[in-house]
Amino acid sequence: MKLRYTCKEAVDVMVAGEDRVLTRGERLVLWMHLCVCRACPRFQRQLVLMRQAMRRWREQASEE
Amino acid sequence: MIDAGFAEQLESQRGNLLRFARLQLRNETWAEDAVSETLLAALERPQSFAGRSQLSTWLVGILKHKIVDQLRRRSREEPLLWELEPDREEVIEFTADGHFAHPPADWGDPEASLREGQFLKVMEACVSELPAQMGRVFLMREWLELESDEICKELAITATNLWVLLHRARLRLRACLEIKWFDHAVP
Repeated sequence: MKLRYTCKEAVDVMVAGEDRVLTRGERLVLWMHLCVCRACPRFQRQLVLMRQAMRRWREQASEE
Repeated sequence: MIDAGFAEQLESQRGNLLRFARLQLRNETWAEDAVSETLLAALERPQSFAGRSQLSTWLVGILKHKIVDQLRRRSREEPLLWELEPDREEVIEFTADGHFAHPPADWGDPEASLREGQFLKVMEACVSELPAQMGRVFLMREWLELESDEICKELAITATNLWVLLHRARLRLRACLEIKWFDHAVP
């Protein structure tokens, strides 16, 4: 099992995490990477915003 | 005995319903069919609207069912139209050692973006620009809120196809938002 992610690998895991449950190993190695990387936490926040935006869009679609 | 006033109210919703149907189905004919079936179903059962809060909410509910019907029917009748488009383009650039070629920008406070009405319009525009099958799958998950196995069943795609499509959809949407909305963000 990989003990360290590159940003490319971290991105793969973060995006995959939007649609499936990450394994404990993935979550742990990802967390360790996010602790030492400046770029990937920003990417993660972008994913969060997109998730919130789609939820808002979905809600508004039923209200218009 | 059909209430002419009610029929008019329904008709006034057609444009709105078409917008969602187009976005989900990515085909003008199928979208028009889904909307017509929706309005017809609504016209035939006005009593099932009685007491509900909003006409649009009720109609969108019916529309979603009609859309799923369309997706199921069309993917069986016209399988060639559902070929997965080859999508080899690398959406994010990385260096050889796995770093970002262009680090992600700071998109700031999410609430600030979400408060702007224009932001969701841009999000919608970005969704509409996804390749057709990718867009369908993304909205089946994010708007119709179907489970993975349901999506795979309706579109006759494998789970692997599904993960790849959703993965690439999210990367493309992020890239689109970065260009269309956040191009002023702090690098």
